[in-house]
Amino acid sequence: MNLAARRRALSHFVVVLCGVAVLVALLPLVLVFFYVLRQGITALNWDFFTKMPKPVGEAGGGMANAVVGTLILIAIASAVAVPVGLIAGTYLSEYGRKPFASLARFTADVLNGIPSIVIGIFAYGLAVMPVRRFSAIAGGLALGFMMIPIITRTTEELLNLVPSSLREGALALGATRARAAFSVMLPAALPGIMTGILVALSRIAGETAPLLFTAFNNRFFSTRLTQPIASLPVQVYTYAISPYEDWHRQAWAGALVLVGVIFSFSVLARVVTKRLERMHAR
Amino acid sequence: MTDVTLMSPEKGTTPARPEVPSRSSLESPAPPSASRIRMETRKLNFFYGKSQALYDISLSVPEKSVTAFIGPSGCGKSTFLRCLNRMNDIIPETRVEGDVLLDGKDIYGPGNDVVDLRRRVGMVFQKSNPFPKSIFDNVAYGLKINGLARRAEMPERVEKALKGAALWEEVKDRLESSALGLSGGQQQRLCIARALAVEPEVVLMDEPASALDPIATQKIEELIYELKRNYTIAIVTHNMQQAARVSEYTAFFMLGRLVERDRTDKIFTNPGQKITEDYITGRFG
Repeated sequence: MNLAARRRALSHFVVVLCGVAVLVALLPLVLVFFYVLRQGITALNWDFFTKMPKPVGEAGGGMANAVVGTLILIAIASAVAVPVGLIAGTYLSEYGRKPFASLARFTADVLNGIPSIVIGIFAYGLAVMPVRRFSAIAGGLALGFMMIPIITRTTEELLNLVPSSLREGALALGATRARAAFSVMLPAALPGIMTGILVALSRIAGETAPLLFTAFNNRFFSTRLTQPIASLPVQVYTYAISPYEDWHRQAWAGALVLVGVIFSFSVLARVVTKRLERMHAR
Repeated sequence: MTDVTLMSPEKGTTPARPEVPSRSSLESPAPPSASRIRMETRKLNFFYGKSQALYDISLSVPEKSVTAFIGPSGCGKSTFLRCLNRMNDIIPETRVEGDVLLDGKDIYGPGNDVVDLRRRVGMVFQKSNPFPKSIFDNVAYGLKINGLARRAEMPERVEKALKGAALWEEVKDRLESSALGLSGGQQQRLCIARALAVEPEVVLMDEPASALDPIATQKIEELIYELKRNYTIAIVTHNMQQAARVSEYTAFFMLGRLVERDRTDKIFTNPGQKITEDYITGRFG
């Protein structure tokens, strides 16, 4: 085999290798998605969203409390993490040249990598121990702590992509540094930041570990923030390790709903980004 | 093969001096002594970290006229311009020595409010930088942040600024659409309108037409010509014909130093320094 043919063969081999790697990377996602879909679809019906869990041994019922609980937890987490993340990210991008800023950046990255169960323990110490009660607030805080570093870093990175000529333009009109950051730079970066927020949301929507000893769980319908609250991931976990056939089916349905929620966050992220970008360009 | 093919035509021949249009010297004959000095620098030195970019620049910008800064790339003319509204403040590790006076008051002096300074000394940048907002919001931005107009007055002030920048007729039907949908020349005039809206006393322009085609450039130049009735303008330009067309005074910079500053017609017809003549006639730079 001459040199040219060998090079062609090698090139071919590498291309095939890349394709195989992509397949291997995508395969788990596809398998999970279809397996959950197949298992969950049979137990998924309108009752799942509207009915409360039935006592053991009684067929039927749903997870209305967990669906609402998850929404409440996500709302609390966002209320905590979105403002903090946006402002912290703006700080890092706009003022982030001092040693303190690099320390903050490093801390955010470390926080992002901390196992979620540890975040749960932290929130337990912070919001459960002092009042001696599991609560929706504690669960929301735990999830919020997980979102903060994601939103912070996304905000910072996207602000860095906004041309600094915009900042100069605002400053040249008599804007203060902070004014330029929040009235020009941040809106310019908003489409990307929205994506970051939705990515953070889908990351935490399915978290179980931080909720185990913060929001705990609740067999009953509750919207009170100071009380334990049900959530889909914890409910799925509880049902999945139970010995009851009917609960297993419902756990699959819960898993399917979770995957659906996260999937729709991802789609929403794309749609919102596209739309905002188009609005800017028009 | 001969060397001739490698030589650029500019170096091979001596082009004629840029023509000085007669209108500027005829219509605005104000002699330097008659107009009030609006901005002035005294022994201005500027440093990026350890390297010095400007050396002992003493220069005045007379009221209601255009002063052009010319010189080869890296000569410090943009840096100098950005000293006049303290735009260099935002670059870390820069240092200014000497005085920059606006109406006789040192703008780097203690207790001087840089935000107020930038409202009084507006700036238009080389690359147009409209905010990703509507046309209206772009022009209204400076008014809003400085609290210069009540909500009800906004439309009127925005219209006035857009008319001042000769853009009103082109955008009056689409004030609410994004500024990013405008053409390059329109975007630059929008940026001028945005600067005019806050009614500055001095307008600094950093190569405002260098990224534009000849037609858009002509519009900007005509606009500058109009603006000097009411505003004091300092403009950095690479284009010597442009300096000759729009300005009353020209300052020539080289390697961070001011070589000379005089009436534009004098600089372009009978410069005091040999090096100025060499630059203007295209022998280098």
